Amino acid sequence: MKAIWTITRRELQSFFDSLMAYIMLIAFLGFSGFFTWLFGADIFFVKQASLQSFFSIAYWTLFFFIPALTMRQFAEENRAGTLELLLTKPVSDWQVVLGKFMSTFVLILIALALTLPYYITVATLGPIDHGAVWSGYLGLILMSAAYISIGIFTSSFSNNQIVSYLLALFIGIFFQIIFSLLSSNFGGFIGEVLNFFSVSTHFDSISRGVIDTKDLLFFFSLIFLGLILTEANLSKKRL
Amino acid sequence: MDIVVENLTKRFGAQRAVDNISFKVKTGEILGFLGPNGAGKTTTMKAIVTYLTPNEGDIHVGNFSIHQNPDEIKKLIGYLPENNPLYVDMPVIDYLKFVAELQGIEKSKIKDKILEMITTCGLEGEKHKKIGELSKGYKQRVGLAQALIHNPQVLILDEPTSGLDPNQIVEIRELIKKIGREKTLILSSHILAEVEATCDRILIINKGKIVADGTSKDLRKQSEGREILKVKIEDGDKNDIFKSLQGLSSIGIVDFMKKDESAFEIQSKPGISSRKEIFKLCVGKGWTLTEMTPIETKLEDIFRELTMN
Repeated sequence: MKAIWTITRRELQSFFDSLMAYIMLIAFLGFSGFFTWLFGADIFFVKQASLQSFFSIAYWTLFFFIPALTMRQFAEENRAGTLELLLTKPVSDWQVVLGKFMSTFVLILIALALTLPYYITVATLGPIDHGAVWSGYLGLILMSAAYISIGIFTSSFSNNQIVSYLLALFIGIFFQIIFSLLSSNFGGFIGEVLNFFSVSTHFDSISRGVIDTKDLLFFFSLIFLGLILTEANLSKKRL
Repeated sequence: MDIVVENLTKRFGAQRAVDNISFKVKTGEILGFLGPNGAGKTTTMKAIVTYLTPNEGDIHVGNFSIHQNPDEIKKLIGYLPENNPLYVDMPVIDYLKFVAELQGIEKSKIKDKILEMITTCGLEGEKHKKIGELSKGYKQRVGLAQALIHNPQVLILDEPTSGLDPNQIVEIRELIKKIGREKTLILSSHILAEVEATCDRILIINKGKIVADGTSKDLRKQSEGREILKVKIEDGDKNDIFKSLQGLSSIGIVDFMKKDESAFEIQSKPGISSRKEIFKLCVGKGWTLTEMTPIETKLEDIFRELTMN
């Protein structure tokens, strides 16, 4: 546990030292703020005290930002050869994977915490469904964790950050939108299955305030699968 | 802490990088791992530090096996990988702290340990700089500091002086000698002088197999038997001298020295010395023998002989 936290802290430090964290925070708050308050189907347009417009914007901004944070994590260590150094210290592959996962996760939590003023502001404007807001945040957190796990996995494949970014987007876009588009085309059993694999389906249902075990199970399996495959990828290097 | 390598084999696809090698390193010994590029040095070292899993064979460090107790071994070993990879965006002090924490050093002792490493490795002036800003020699010191910070009993250094300038090489060599006194140390290199200067024992490896094992003296003796002399004879016709020398029973090959007309390079037949016969020949013919110097076989020659096809 201590080793995981040591690695997490180093990764976080490196996010902030390289300005990556600041750029990500500012860009995320800027984008989501702009579309939540000023442009398009924003809060004033909907004329309801609801954060729904923020959640649907954040759903997409996080989708693009998360791979940009995770792309470095293993790719850079592979390129520089520091992974060898890390894995010959008394830490397990799992601890390394979890440490890296946690660092991006903590950064996303910070980003989401910084949007809490939106919640407070909207709450003063009118009657707000508090349950829906919190479950919306929960949806964003789960979705982020799933994409972090995918991003870390694609990062462990390559020693090129751009390749790992694009690969993460490529895999992510299926969960993000393609499965759900396909499912409406197919219908029937195949449609059901595709629908189950779509992140948007589960995210929508959670952010509407319905927390179903089916949705939780989906996100946790996706997170777990990404981490397991990353770990497998690391131990493959030893063979 | 002894290191015992038993029947280690590591294949990459069809290629055998390391082919059934066994050796032992005793506590306090400095072993030089020598071989041409691609001979299997790095692969063997990576197997010892548990980074690579061998296809066959086992390695014991102390009582621990790389298969059963890799985590225990990781705690005992300090490792400097080839090319010395480091987090270039971290300041030296932060990096050493990170490594100390990973090694599980108690929180209260970390600060002292870092200071100790900074003094030992001569990093006082650079401790707040980012590692990426340091010169190669200082980076190498940081690499050594991170390998030494938990006071490991076993040190594995893969080409610790590659890419350094001659002054830095001497400094790092001194440092290695200083810290290597109480530890079991394996270092690899393809520079012979380096291995000869720092190591108690030399292991030459070629194409995944051990081709020589012993002290530099032992290795020299192996290729001795053929004594090589530089002999200078004056007051005689040089062709005459040449023919007479060739006629001696103890002499194998005679050659003119390139630069000096009256000097010869003489290789004796295996196992015997030709010195007495040469002297007697000169006395008999009335020539003046002005020089007779044994030429020491260089480690380079032995190395080349063992590793060339």
